[in-house]
Amino acid sequence: MSEISKDLHTEHMVINMGPSHPVTHGTVKFLATLEGETIIDLDVEIGYLHRGFEKMCENSTWQQVIPYTDRLNYVSPLINNTGYALAVEKLLGIDVPERCKYLRVIACELSRLSDHLTNVAAAGLELGAFTAFLYFVEARELVWDLIEALCGARVTVNYIRIGGLKNDLPERFEEKVKYTFKEVRRLWKDVDKLLTKNRIFIDRVRGVGAISAEEAIAYGFTGPCLRACGVPYDVRKAQPYLVYDRMDFEVPIGETGDNYDKYLVRMEEIQQSMRIVEQALAQMPDGPINVRMPQVRMEPKEKIYSRIDSLIYHFKTVIEGIKPPPGEVYLAVEGGNGELGFYLVSDGSGKPYKCRVRPPCFALTAAMPRLVKGRLLADIVPTFDMINMIGGECDR
Amino acid sequence: MLADLIESLAKIVFIFTVNVGVFAPILGWVERKQSAVMQDRIGANRADILGFTAIGLFHSLADAVKLLTKEDFVPANANKFFHTLAPFIALVPAISAFAIIPFGGRYELFGREINLVIADLDVGILYVFALAGLATYGTVLAGWSSRSNWSLLGGLRASAQMLSYEVAMGLSIIGIIIVYGSLRLTDIGAAQENFFRWGIFLQPVGFIIYMTCAIAENKRIPFDIPEAESELVAGYFTEYSGMKFVMFWMAEFLEMVTISAIVTTLFFGAWHIPFVTDAMLLSWFSGFAGPNGAAALAMAVNIAVFFAKVSFFIWLQMTIRWTLPRFRYDQVMRMCWKMLLPLSLINLSITGLVVLLL
Amino acid sequence: MKESVTLKKLMEKFPDDIVGTHSYRGDDTAVVKKDKIRDICLFLRDDPDLLYNFMMDLTAVDYLGRDPRFEVVYHLYSLPHNRRVRLKALVPESDPTIDSVVSVWVAADWFEREAYDMYGVKFIGHPNLRRILLYEGFEGHPLRKDYPLKKRQPLIGPVN
Repeated sequence: MSEISKDLHTEHMVINMGPSHPVTHGTVKFLATLEGETIIDLDVEIGYLHRGFEKMCENSTWQQVIPYTDRLNYVSPLINNTGYALAVEKLLGIDVPERCKYLRVIACELSRLSDHLTNVAAAGLELGAFTAFLYFVEARELVWDLIEALCGARVTVNYIRIGGLKNDLPERFEEKVKYTFKEVRRLWKDVDKLLTKNRIFIDRVRGVGAISAEEAIAYGFTGPCLRACGVPYDVRKAQPYLVYDRMDFEVPIGETGDNYDKYLVRMEEIQQSMRIVEQALAQMPDGPINVRMPQVRMEPKEKIYSRIDSLIYHFKTVIEGIKPPPGEVYLAVEGGNGELGFYLVSDGSGKPYKCRVRPPCFALTAAMPRLVKGRLLADIVPTFDMINMIGGECDR
Repeated sequence: MLADLIESLAKIVFIFTVNVGVFAPILGWVERKQSAVMQDRIGANRADILGFTAIGLFHSLADAVKLLTKEDFVPANANKFFHTLAPFIALVPAISAFAIIPFGGRYELFGREINLVIADLDVGILYVFALAGLATYGTVLAGWSSRSNWSLLGGLRASAQMLSYEVAMGLSIIGIIIVYGSLRLTDIGAAQENFFRWGIFLQPVGFIIYMTCAIAENKRIPFDIPEAESELVAGYFTEYSGMKFVMFWMAEFLEMVTISAIVTTLFFGAWHIPFVTDAMLLSWFSGFAGPNGAAALAMAVNIAVFFAKVSFFIWLQMTIRWTLPRFRYDQVMRMCWKMLLPLSLINLSITGLVVLLL
Repeated sequence: MKESVTLKKLMEKFPDDIVGTHSYRGDDTAVVKKDKIRDICLFLRDDPDLLYNFMMDLTAVDYLGRDPRFEVVYHLYSLPHNRRVRLKALVPESDPTIDSVVSVWVAADWFEREAYDMYGVKFIGHPNLRRILLYEGFEGHPLRKDYPLKKRQPLIGPVN
């Protein structure tokens, strides 16, 4: 047998998966070297969605950065908004009103909901379970309806402001939430029935893309992918921001870190996010949603039009930007995929001197070769999906 | 002689119309509608003629127009001849397999004996397997001749999968052949006049193995690894467009019909209604329609029953397709060689033993 | 405010290499010389009181007109102690090189490639220092402050 294979002239096949390929949602290229169907080498090329986020930020005022953050992780833009606003507030040394904090928590969790729903849906789609995909897309659609009711946009929300929010809750929001969550829970059960105990699904994801906790930490994994390895690290629990310390929620963890655990962790986090939103809605106090600092957060339009000092502040903040003191801060929030960090450097002017984002999926994507090497070509599909690389965030 | 020719032509035209004219386009619509119903969607309902949408049926028409007018694209380095030949090899067996499937009984009409099957071959079921084997070439050739890595991988997967499943599929049917003692499908169909002699009661394991293998042979989810769009873009037909693409697509749908027809014939009483024999039908109808009219009516009933059963199995296949995720390549192969093949061998030996003892 | 354990231990261990420390807005920061960055990182990772097992972020900042011009910024996180620290290594323009920390944290691989891509800081000992977000053939390093905002890049054809 060995003699025969010695005589056979064989060579490895190099295939380009991407940048435009059904599995590379977001734009990424895998240069896979195959021996038969086994991947013996994988090179990941990113950057197809690079648009110079940092350079743009350095050339816009502090407030103008917020719409750019929408486009980072475009599946959970509200978390990016919040992370950036919190980082600037930390730089300014200010604290936002209670009601604003609760609203931000609601916004973040709705975003996380849509992120996880999309991710699990896409996993189903790519493994051929089209029906599960559409069930969760329907659920996400309902969540997006909520987000639209909250801030007037579905994807590019641009809702959180430095020192406050764009607007307060719309009328009858609680009822909408109640209805939506009932529907989402129904669809969640359907998908749970379709996938969680489905033998084919389990065979495809069980044991694939597994990584030990130590290795995951070394690779800089955060978020659901790290928790699937059994490390209960969640920024919301470890370093609570906003009012997460007052919320009662669990951080689900897995054991082996394989794709099945990642799937289960995400499924459970969908439930937990809904719990958090319900609690936040119940606990939320009345009160203002913006800080009363006209040099940071614009005053209401009526005041600007009727009072000279408000008009001056408005003029100054719009033309020159708000001016945080010189210094630097790093602030992390729990994004859909893991720790979303903002490292801001201010030189005291109206524009960020440096606005760096720590994208969670960047470190995850870097581990792709480690996760799939030696496995079959088809294993790229669930592994890459559970990594949940979002092009806008990874490439910035 | 001429009458024979006319009879055969009439049957061919009938089957061809039903399959290519009705089933292939309608199945496209059914597939869309059924998936829409399963997935809480409205489904295909946009194509309209003068504002009239016909619950989405015009989509098949729109598809046909689009696909016929599309550019016929051949990749630069492809082998043009084989690239063109492949879809034909895939489609022709799918259509011709229907030639031996009986869709009704044997009746006396105007003094002629009419057998409702195009070709009553004595090798019967073997012919179906031969054609299924031929269809493999279409797939493999398509994958190979496209000069694309994705196509090639799809073609390789297809050849491995289809050849493997043919083995298990063939073995699963031998049980039925032993039980009915004939390869001729008309005989097998006629033998199931008695409800308790239906194939499903005599060969339940054979049915499950056959159904699984047949879906795998047809490369539909959960066995669609040769095309696996999330892995191999579209597998062996990545580089096809327009009419050639639609030929693969039609081959898949027609094969679905063929599989359902074979399952009906072998396991579900062919054209028979439970507890109703052809003779009973004839005697009921002859009361008011005369002997010829009765034969014609009985034929119509046979055909209707047969295609109703076929439709049910098409529905079943579609439900499976829209419910399950896709296997991985090695899992498909393992399932074939380590589960289905031993199972069909056991089934075969037990059947043989029981038949011998009885 | 309470003196940070991390900074205190760093000062004790590497008195000559720490240029300065601060805890602005609660973020512990140590400005270090670039020569011993690998040793410092190893110490931070392995010392039982510190155990900074996560390398969360690595980037560079360009302080144009200052000497040393660049800072390579490391954000570390210690899971056992739930602490963060920021290391800033000073890198002069004349010699924009620093030791790679890939051998300390694998995660640094892509982050260092990105810092190289954007700022042109070379990481010595990096296994595969190529551009990551931009393409081979891109001229200059776009996040340097002297890179013009609207600079046009030459058109390049297909690579292969």
